[in-house]
Amino acid sequence: MSFDLIMAQLFAGVALGAVFVLLSTGLSVIFGMLGVVNFAHGAFFMVGAYAGVFILALTGNFWIALAAVPLLVGAMGLAVERFLVRPLYGRGSDYPLLLTFGLGYVLVEVVRILFGSDGMPFETPELLTGGIDIEGLGYFQTYRLFVIGMTGLLMLCLWLLLERTRYGLIIRAASRDPEIVAVLGVDVRRVFLLVFGLGTGLAALAGLLAAPMRTVNPEMGVTVLIEAFVVTVIGGMGSLLGGAIAGMLVGIVVSLTALFMPEMSTISMFALMALVLLVRPYGLFGRGVLAR
Amino acid sequence: MDETRFTIGRRALLGGAIATLSAPALLLRAARAEDEPIKIGFPTPLTGPFGAEAKDQVQCAQLAIKQFNAAGGLKGRQAELLVRDDKLNPGEAATRTLELIEKDKVACIVGALSASVQLATNEVTKARGVVYVSISQSDAITAAPDFSRTTFHEALNPHMTAGAVARHVFKPGMKVAILLADYAYGQEMAAGFRRAAEAIGGVDIVLEQKHPFGAADYSTFIPALRAAKADVVCICNFGRDQANSIKQAVDLGLKRQSKIVVPVLLYNQRLAGSADAFEGIIGGSNYYWTIEDRLPAAKAFNDAYRSETNGNTPSDYGAYGYAGVRIVLDAMRRAGSVEPDALVHELEGAHYETYKGPETMRACDHQAVQSVLILDSKAKAAMKTPSDFFDIVAVENGTEKNLRSCADLGHTVAAQ
Repeated sequence: MSFDLIMAQLFAGVALGAVFVLLSTGLSVIFGMLGVVNFAHGAFFMVGAYAGVFILALTGNFWIALAAVPLLVGAMGLAVERFLVRPLYGRGSDYPLLLTFGLGYVLVEVVRILFGSDGMPFETPELLTGGIDIEGLGYFQTYRLFVIGMTGLLMLCLWLLLERTRYGLIIRAASRDPEIVAVLGVDVRRVFLLVFGLGTGLAALAGLLAAPMRTVNPEMGVTVLIEAFVVTVIGGMGSLLGGAIAGMLVGIVVSLTALFMPEMSTISMFALMALVLLVRPYGLFGRGVLAR
Repeated sequence: MDETRFTIGRRALLGGAIATLSAPALLLRAARAEDEPIKIGFPTPLTGPFGAEAKDQVQCAQLAIKQFNAAGGLKGRQAELLVRDDKLNPGEAATRTLELIEKDKVACIVGALSASVQLATNEVTKARGVVYVSISQSDAITAAPDFSRTTFHEALNPHMTAGAVARHVFKPGMKVAILLADYAYGQEMAAGFRRAAEAIGGVDIVLEQKHPFGAADYSTFIPALRAAKADVVCICNFGRDQANSIKQAVDLGLKRQSKIVVPVLLYNQRLAGSADAFEGIIGGSNYYWTIEDRLPAAKAFNDAYRSETNGNTPSDYGAYGYAGVRIVLDAMRRAGSVEPDALVHELEGAHYETYKGPETMRACDHQAVQSVLILDSKAKAAMKTPSDFFDIVAVENGTEKNLRSCADLGHTVAAQ
């Protein structure tokens, strides 16, 4: 076991961690702000990838797809919140959970009917093909580096939006105490609507960015939902920073397990989650205010 | 006492009366069975990661049924396919198979598409003495203790495919690394490569890296494979795992330093993957449609499939679905019966040609001895039509020499 290999494995873990951060952000935003466990997160992720295939076939331009997919699926998210999730607020957290669980199945079936169950190819955009070979560290694929950059940019934008703008202040306030915020004259329902749209848009963006790495198929969201949950729970509900750190941590743990005990690499993230929850029941950065 | 005797007497009387009255009805029922369709149970994983291959199997199996019926069936009796989703789950497959046998009264079972699922299906058919034709790759099903006299294996097995690919690619002095999915299929394929490497001699297997079945991200398995600096990397997994792992291995630079080979190069995964990722990847196969240039049986099969599907070409696993159903239907016609004993008698040791040239159902283990095609994936620029994926670079004809011996499989005494 050479030092080079361990370094290469660590870097692979960081790169994978960035993907985990990306996958879990949409779930984390909706969970953290609305307290809704969005079981359709994986399905929205998959719909994002398929919307990307569709727009790419239409325009032939990856960058147009990159801009259009989050907006398109985000709009779908708005409709889902307005007509399906909204009537369930205040009825206990299992109501929206079951609703989104079913919605996930419906979306997967609809995609199967429209696009078939075979799966579809998704070429890496021309500009981002190839990679850089660094002696001793390994080979870095340009596209994965791009995804890491995009994830960083996205996290920065989200942080700025939530922590440094007036809208962010309202969103945070509404998630802490919707009644008081409503009394202050803010339309809380609209805040929730937009947050849900933002979360689904982020899930779709993750799906589109993942498409050139993983093949596109109707079931691609199933594992993503689980991975996103693990990352969100480890990071602590609704903590952006927690999600980012947890994503990296999970990536590195999975990667190092893959080197030493490859059969255990899938299970390792769950073992990590169990360990973290034993020590910190609300996750690494959880505030412990979930029981509303 | 008297009362008791009277009661029994009354019951006996009633029973006798019912038996007498219903005898004509029973006879009528027996006569009607002759007109009832011949039911063939077909469990296959329609949902899950092998869904694409399963769908093709159903479509091709239906084609075999249609041809059988068009040719007059079995003395006028028509055949019918009962498709059940086994969800790629051994328990589900066993339940569905039991239902097909007990409730639907199927004449035989054909199908299943995963090493472990077919073994579960086989457990049920074995216990009930029903003929089962497996069309998924497995070494275990034809070996003791899983084998039974009603168990038949129409598909290739890992020993044959991995062996053929290894004989084509491995050369003495080569370093070989293996990436395998950590379940029966991956392990059997890896074992196939290992055995072939030993037989060739001088081939050094430097790394065996396992990955969990159904993994979505393979980036963490690649650094070790790159560090192994092997001449050849064998990727042993199935379905979407194949397209995913190949795409990511190529993206992460593995193809730049090693030749990537797979035991079975899947038509559907090449379809769902991209030409660039698959370019230059070599693998084995039971069937690829361009073999029609050399084989009239393949041409006939392709043409029948084309007219059914508006000009599509059949896939490798689809062809298994066709062959699996076709050989039992042909056996029924030869035997003039659907009874298991008659079918076993007809199938055992049979020489036949359904879609790919001559095959023999070896008597001791019921493995279909058949050819293995070695395919090389074409570059995008070299494709003449949208389904022109592969070049057939070699054909290894079916010979017992490439199979494990009957004694090796645990059939010391000739079966039965």
